[in-house]
Amino acid sequence: MLEVKNIHSGYGPVQVLFGVSLSVNASEILCLLGRNGAGKTTIMKSIMGLVPITRGSVSLEGQPLHSLPTHRVPRMGVGYIPQGRRLFPELTVSENIEMGLMVRNEGADTRDWVLDLFPRLKDRLRQQAGTLSGGEQQMLATARALCVRPKVLLLDEPTEGLQPSMIEQIRQVVVRMKQEGIAIVLVEQRVDAVLSIADKVTFVENGKDVQTIGAADLRDDPELLRSRLGV
Amino acid sequence: MDFGPHLMLATLEGAVIAAILVLTAMGLSIVFGVMRVVNVAHGEFYMLGAVLAWFVTSFLGGHPAIGFVAAILIAPLLVGLIAAAADQLVLKHIDYDPDRTIVGTIGILFIIQQTTLMTFGPEARPVAAPFNQRLALPWFEFTDNGFEMFWPWGLSITSYKLFVIAAALTVLVALWLFLTRTRIGLIMRATQQDSETAQAFGVPVGLVYSCVFGLGAALAALGAVLVVPIQQAHYLMGADPLLLSFIVVIIGGLGSLPGTVIAAILIGMSDGIISVFFSPTLAKIIATFLVAMVLVFRPQGLLGRTST
Repeated sequence: MLEVKNIHSGYGPVQVLFGVSLSVNASEILCLLGRNGAGKTTIMKSIMGLVPITRGSVSLEGQPLHSLPTHRVPRMGVGYIPQGRRLFPELTVSENIEMGLMVRNEGADTRDWVLDLFPRLKDRLRQQAGTLSGGEQQMLATARALCVRPKVLLLDEPTEGLQPSMIEQIRQVVVRMKQEGIAIVLVEQRVDAVLSIADKVTFVENGKDVQTIGAADLRDDPELLRSRLGV
Repeated sequence: MDFGPHLMLATLEGAVIAAILVLTAMGLSIVFGVMRVVNVAHGEFYMLGAVLAWFVTSFLGGHPAIGFVAAILIAPLLVGLIAAAADQLVLKHIDYDPDRTIVGTIGILFIIQQTTLMTFGPEARPVAAPFNQRLALPWFEFTDNGFEMFWPWGLSITSYKLFVIAAALTVLVALWLFLTRTRIGLIMRATQQDSETAQAFGVPVGLVYSCVFGLGAALAALGAVLVVPIQQAHYLMGADPLLLSFIVVIIGGLGSLPGTVIAAILIGMSDGIISVFFSPTLAKIIATFLVAMVLVFRPQGLLGRTST
């Protein structure tokens, strides 16, 4: 479904990615693992068009994304949950959700669907997003991305700084989205949280994808984790 | 005139200045808030509004009211379009870099100013007010005979000046409703808070910037159309409003719209009152001194937020 082929990108004169390829199908969770600074977040931003791609291609269901203006990428059905949540802090919960709904002109049914996934947000609709707790902010960031009714969901460290019960809730939603047929790309530091739900794992090192392996194979071979990540 | 009525007169004059100032400063504040652009050409958009109002009214002729209504509709729209074009032609190409946009808008300032000088000329030209009755105002005082109302000589205001205050209030309420209740307003506020994430949610940030720059300029032009029957249109009239708008925006807090309103009322009123009792120069000195104090003791402004 989402096909990334040999992309090169970076910030101004600083090149970060040197030929990354990956692919993820519907109802599949691909996890990107790698050390800090390996380029995981840059891969996500390059897919979204937030970082310009100098070479290579990104396509969704055969449609090229890399040649679109940035604001058209989400309209093709890409939901993005950025690192650090990046909510609109002074907008209310309801307005943040509205921003998600606007992307593909989704209506009240999508809003209800998302609020049913995160009932806690229902009580906080008129509250400013910046005043929510960390867990609630992550729920809102996830809800906002799901309002796009995405075909592909990009999650950048969704469990960063959250308590275990919240992590579990986010995990359940991710698994449920997989069952609904969404292709999911997940960047995560916590290997244990990932291995139980991922289908495939791609290791990223120095701006390149070095190995892609089935998650089941990785569970059988913990030595690989140590050699790739040093954990 | 006694001190009481005199103060009332000065307050009303101050309210008129504040009304115009609030619109002009709001334009500057919105542009800075959303785009982080310090628009040095803002005063020229104001001037352009006044000059276009003169062109429209003198082209149409007839009753002053016809020309005025046409000017208040056409001039802000035209100035907004010119500003949006300037954004597309200049600011967009320098990537909204904070330093380079200052230089860029200085360039826009000179282009607009000199073009006006070449076409409109160096004269100050009046625009007739649509209506201009003098309204005497009553004053109340406790005298030996109890509570009395009388009409002090010279205590009056024109109906047009009252209209200016009411119009500015209306525009302010409309602007607030536009920003908080409409989709475009929501998109503007989202872009202000995080333009990158806004892009990741389908917001065409470049287009939003052009609209915001146009809106800011249109607000300045609207203020100028309202003021031009009181003052006159002149190609150098943009300097004062630019300085005062910057003073207001700095005191209120850069990008904070409620702060801008409060500071505009404060500066406008004090400007009016001090000008009437003492001198306009002293009013400017005090306003500038206030800015210095705010920058020393509360650099983020009255309602501004420190960046975290």
